[in-house]
Amino acid sequence: MNHRGKGFGFLITFILMFLFWIFLSEQISSPFHLIAGVISSALVAFLSHDLLVKGKSEKILLKSWRLFRYIPWELWQIVLANIDVAYRVLHPKMPIDPCVIEFETSLRGDFALTTLANSITLTPGTITITVEPRNGKFQVHAIAKEPADALLVVQTMQKKVAEVFMETN
Amino acid sequence: MFLVNVIVTLFLAGGVFFLLVGSIGLLRFPDFYTRLHATGKCDTLGGGLIIFGLLIYHLFHYFHYPLVPVRLLFLIFFIFIANPTATHTVMKAAYRTGVKPWKLGEKRQ
Amino acid sequence: MISIFLVTALLIIASIFLSLYRGVVGPGVFNRVAAVNVIGTKTIALLVILGYYFERPLFFDIAILYAMLNFIGALVFAKYIERGDVCS
Repeated sequence: MNHRGKGFGFLITFILMFLFWIFLSEQISSPFHLIAGVISSALVAFLSHDLLVKGKSEKILLKSWRLFRYIPWELWQIVLANIDVAYRVLHPKMPIDPCVIEFETSLRGDFALTTLANSITLTPGTITITVEPRNGKFQVHAIAKEPADALLVVQTMQKKVAEVFMETN
Repeated sequence: MFLVNVIVTLFLAGGVFFLLVGSIGLLRFPDFYTRLHATGKCDTLGGGLIIFGLLIYHLFHYFHYPLVPVRLLFLIFFIFIANPTATHTVMKAAYRTGVKPWKLGEKRQ
Repeated sequence: MISIFLVTALLIIASIFLSLYRGVVGPGVFNRVAAVNVIGTKTIALLVILGYYFERPLFFDIAILYAMLNFIGALVFAKYIERGDVCS
């Protein structure tokens, strides 16, 4: 299984790098650019395929599809976050009350933790400070009480990310 | 074509509004962590909106160059991944080295 | 439409100068780094707009490179401040 996982990761990295090369060079008909692209993307994929696709994470296509469906909700949350920040910036009295909160999640995978941390940073009023991958502990800086409560009590975002990465337990 | 121009102008106006709000927040907020709240969010969406508006403009005005919008899409994708990560990293460095968060009622730094 | 691009570019430059105040004055090194990072992100949008204003698609490649350099610069700075060393 290990060997097959490595080949799969190499293939995915190679395809992504080659597509990126074609989009940047814009010369599909010239054979020199194609051959140089094949050589350099094979080199990059050979050297660093374990950065993009870890060997143990199977079902990566299904997870990518679920992540793709998660993105529109995330974009809407980003728009809400920006309107919230604009309100707090432009209000004459600046209604802010910063605090640092901690909570734990059941997520363990690297990619899931990264997605959750970036989503927390982009959604209303909260920024991730530290993430502990071993026990899933997050420290979050919140700009006011309401976003902190939304993250601590309601926990919509944790449920959504756990559903994307199938790590509900 | 007029409708496309109006939509592109709306996107550009929204993006510039959020970029300006990010700058004003960087000036007005009382300490480092709250300043990062303003910049990390507003810059991400502002830059993304501006580049997306230009992508729509490109699709309708320069449609015989179909590969250029892919670069702009990659740029939006990269900004939306890299900007929160950079914000989080700088904030973590500040928190580990002992910069105290501002509490309500203290003097601004 | 070209004039709208020009106005947008001028407004972005104005917001860059607003951020530059925090980069020059701001107490401590962290405020300055936050300001520099913000200026980098705004410069990406400015480069893309100027690419359409001068009708040169080469500016988009420069914007992509600038985004990558900005990101790596922030990461290296944070690592250096946190550990006192870049490679550790």
